Amino acid sequence: MSGHMFSRTDKTIWGRWWWTIDRPLLAALLAMMGFGIILVAAASPPVATRIGLDQYHFIIRHLIIMVPALILMIGISLLDLKNLWRLATILLGVGIVMMVVVLATGMEIKGAQRWLQLPGLSLQPSEFVKPAFAVVAAWLISKQKDNPVFPGYLIAGGVFFLVITLLLMQPDVGMTIVTFCILCTEIFLAGLSIWIVVAAGVVGAVCFVLGYFILPHMRSRIDRFLDPASGDTFQVDRALDAFRHGGLFGTGPGQGTVKLSIPDAHSDFIFAVAGEELGFVFLAILLAVLAFIILRGFNRVMDSDNVFVILATGGLLVMFGIQALVHIGSNLHMIPTKGMTLPFISYGGSSLLAISVTMGMVLALTRRQPKTSVSRGSLSSRPVMAGKL
Amino acid sequence: MSLPPLFRRPSTTLIGSRRSTLDVARGRLVFVGIVFALAYILVAARVMDLTLIQGELPRLARMTSPDQGVTNEPVIAVAKLRGDVVDRNGVLLARSLKTASLYADPALITDPDQVAKDLVRVLPDLKYGDVLQKLQRKTRFIWLRRNLAPQDQYAILNLGHPGLNFQDEAHRIYPQGPLTAHMVGFTDIDGHGLGGVERSFDDLLAMGNRPLQLTLDVRLQHIARRELKAAIREFSGIGGAAVIMDVNTGEILAAVSAPDFDPHNVTQKNSDSLFNRLTLGVYEMGSTFKIFSTAALLEIKNVGMGQTFDAREPIKIGRFSITDYHGQNRVLTIPEVMMYSSNIGAAKMAEMIGTQSFKNFLKDVGLMDTVQVELQERSRPLIPNPWREITTLTASYGHGIAVTPLQTVSAVASVINGGMLVHPTLVMDGTVNDSGKTKNTKRNAVRVVSEKTSHRMRQILRLVVSDGTAKSADIAGFQVGGKTGTAEKPGGHGGYDRKRLLSSFIGVFPMNKPQYVVMVMVDEPKGTKASYGYATAGWVAAPAVGKIITAMVPVLGLVPQDIDPEKDMAAQMRPYVKDKTGKQLVSVGVE
Repeated sequence: MSGHMFSRTDKTIWGRWWWTIDRPLLAALLAMMGFGIILVAAASPPVATRIGLDQYHFIIRHLIIMVPALILMIGISLLDLKNLWRLATILLGVGIVMMVVVLATGMEIKGAQRWLQLPGLSLQPSEFVKPAFAVVAAWLISKQKDNPVFPGYLIAGGVFFLVITLLLMQPDVGMTIVTFCILCTEIFLAGLSIWIVVAAGVVGAVCFVLGYFILPHMRSRIDRFLDPASGDTFQVDRALDAFRHGGLFGTGPGQGTVKLSIPDAHSDFIFAVAGEELGFVFLAILLAVLAFIILRGFNRVMDSDNVFVILATGGLLVMFGIQALVHIGSNLHMIPTKGMTLPFISYGGSSLLAISVTMGMVLALTRRQPKTSVSRGSLSSRPVMAGKL
Repeated sequence: MSLPPLFRRPSTTLIGSRRSTLDVARGRLVFVGIVFALAYILVAARVMDLTLIQGELPRLARMTSPDQGVTNEPVIAVAKLRGDVVDRNGVLLARSLKTASLYADPALITDPDQVAKDLVRVLPDLKYGDVLQKLQRKTRFIWLRRNLAPQDQYAILNLGHPGLNFQDEAHRIYPQGPLTAHMVGFTDIDGHGLGGVERSFDDLLAMGNRPLQLTLDVRLQHIARRELKAAIREFSGIGGAAVIMDVNTGEILAAVSAPDFDPHNVTQKNSDSLFNRLTLGVYEMGSTFKIFSTAALLEIKNVGMGQTFDAREPIKIGRFSITDYHGQNRVLTIPEVMMYSSNIGAAKMAEMIGTQSFKNFLKDVGLMDTVQVELQERSRPLIPNPWREITTLTASYGHGIAVTPLQTVSAVASVINGGMLVHPTLVMDGTVNDSGKTKNTKRNAVRVVSEKTSHRMRQILRLVVSDGTAKSADIAGFQVGGKTGTAEKPGGHGGYDRKRLLSSFIGVFPMNKPQYVVMVMVDEPKGTKASYGYATAGWVAAPAVGKIITAMVPVLGLVPQDIDPEKDMAAQMRPYVKDKTGKQLVSVGVE
């Protein structure tokens, strides 16, 4: 798409979209998708052959899912704020119902019941509940800010406990932590007393410690992180070897050898494959793009007058950022191993669709909004792009 | 990227609370942004640490160091080479060599048919069909051939096919082949010890620090194995065992179990050969046990040599009856009981000793417990439980109690060497201290019989060889003494089978100052024309021991000594002995 496709006076839906969307952010997201295709192509063939599938199995499925993912992201980015929270509310409702269905009927993979089997695709409803919850909670909180009589915090808290109860029943500690971080971010941004935020942090820490003593698999993960000799750390050891083998420029795409011995190379350990095959230079670029997406989004909503926009964007981007950090931190053995996909890069139909929905929402929120009420007056004195860096 | 100022557009037109809410939100958004920026910087630092500092720098260091040059980095660590096993003179018994093993990465092989053809040409022992099938598998790793010779590796590299790779491995070589098979043992293809000292010292050998030195002497080992195999062949035995042991230290100089096996090629097919008859097999040893009944009698009852036992009538207990093989049908003295190997005499001796004392004696010389030797292939003796009175009688001539041949030999050594208990040992002192398994260096500190008893036993055993059942083991100049044992093996119906024998001879020399004990045991020998149909120990095992002693004497540099017949160890026993016709052997009375 080049600039002259749409004139500035173009009032069609696409014309308005093109001039209000944050194009650098969009470019960064498309770049992430491109990296994802390269890395899934590099990392998945050994995994596919090991479990007896055709070696192109994951690559083909990744490319196929890419189409609805792009459509979802662009489609959602077209929505205005009202329709966005409508969509989020519906998605949250449907998602919660699906999570209940999953608990009742879903299949168990690697010890957890998270997946809903659809023809040709397995969906993980909790992936979609997270962004929907971020938007709905932001709306509820901002509503209370506008109208203190409205019990926004209370409802958001209720929904939160419903969601994390369902998550813990699966059980899915990782997603519970991410959801908790979303809520914390939003109440933090909403200006709640710093002490309440600190208290929430303390509660979170207590829950984490309790989880260590109650959930055996969580305990074993943490024990193995603190004391590698206490258990099997094969996967993370191989991941560290992969980074060392890669060095500055890496072995070249498809040329890695350590990746052959990493069981989850195409999903939970794709960052290590990137390290081996593309080296430090590429990892630095990848980290820069990730950081750019988060900070760009934050910056974009800095001058928004809409509390809902700030809270929702903050919540969604924190979710995106934490997910990436957990994945990368696990790969680098900076935190206990937690199987989490790297947004846009890891193979995983469900997570790719969900992250596209998330970033579609971010794109929609960071579009140049017509200023509301009193502040609208200043709009005419400012060029549309003035907020850019 | 730079962060925007906290308050971009101060405006006073907004309602106060809404304004301040937005300000707070923006301020805190900046805070969250900073936290994330720091987290990503931290992650980037860790990435730099792993890829550059831990990954790239060591490679640079290796490339610049002159001796290494550019090397492929060892993604898969090469197994450390296992330690050597050597004999007492340093002759190599086992060593690990680094070899290359061929594997394929089928994903990189474009023309499996051609590659398979080429491989079969270079390695004719591979089958074309097998190789082709392996090369077409959907995997990234498959072994084609382990442990290649260097010229084969060179030839395969010359083929130049991608997807054929090598991995360094260790291959265990036993230069002496089957010679020490049961003692040294063997390993599996991954270098884990599965038998012999390879198994019992697996951890030590895996460390590979220094060689494990055994007490074996391959020269004596060869002699023992040669004579044992000759005896088994001559008398069509099904197997056998032979030992040469130092009487005073318990060091095993030679230890053979037959049939044996090639430690390079151990399969299920030869599982019978893997069986170590010396330490794992338990047998009713027969008359060699009379050494212990006699020694116990002399030690406990302190009787004189003239003590007699009436061997005229078989002993009948219930349905059992104890009879003599070389029956003399008269009253016998102690030396005569041994010389003519009288079962009735031995049983009467045991009766005189008493059950408890006899059991205690057998326990003292180590015949009631598992043999102590540095192997894991060991068996507990089979001891009747409960021990009845009849057991005491039968045990006196080596029936009703089954022990390993090796512990019988070490018990004889303990009785003969002056009376100090010895434990058989395979490992030279000072070689195993690293592993924490220290050897019992005070093994000579336990006395089992008095010096006097030991001396008398030496005289009696000398007499057995010079005048009794084992004359074929009498090598001039070395005063060989010993005792034959011909046991009937248990038959299928709870009794004994007269046709299936276990013939053994335990010889000790020189009797005036014992140094070596030599044992040969042949399992189920059959009589030959030359032996007039006999398959007893005097015909089977005693000549083999004689041949071993004859051959080992020059190897050890022992000098024969001409001995005045009057000073022979047997001389003092002769007055107590009458020959088969009942005539006194010597007319001169000593006492």
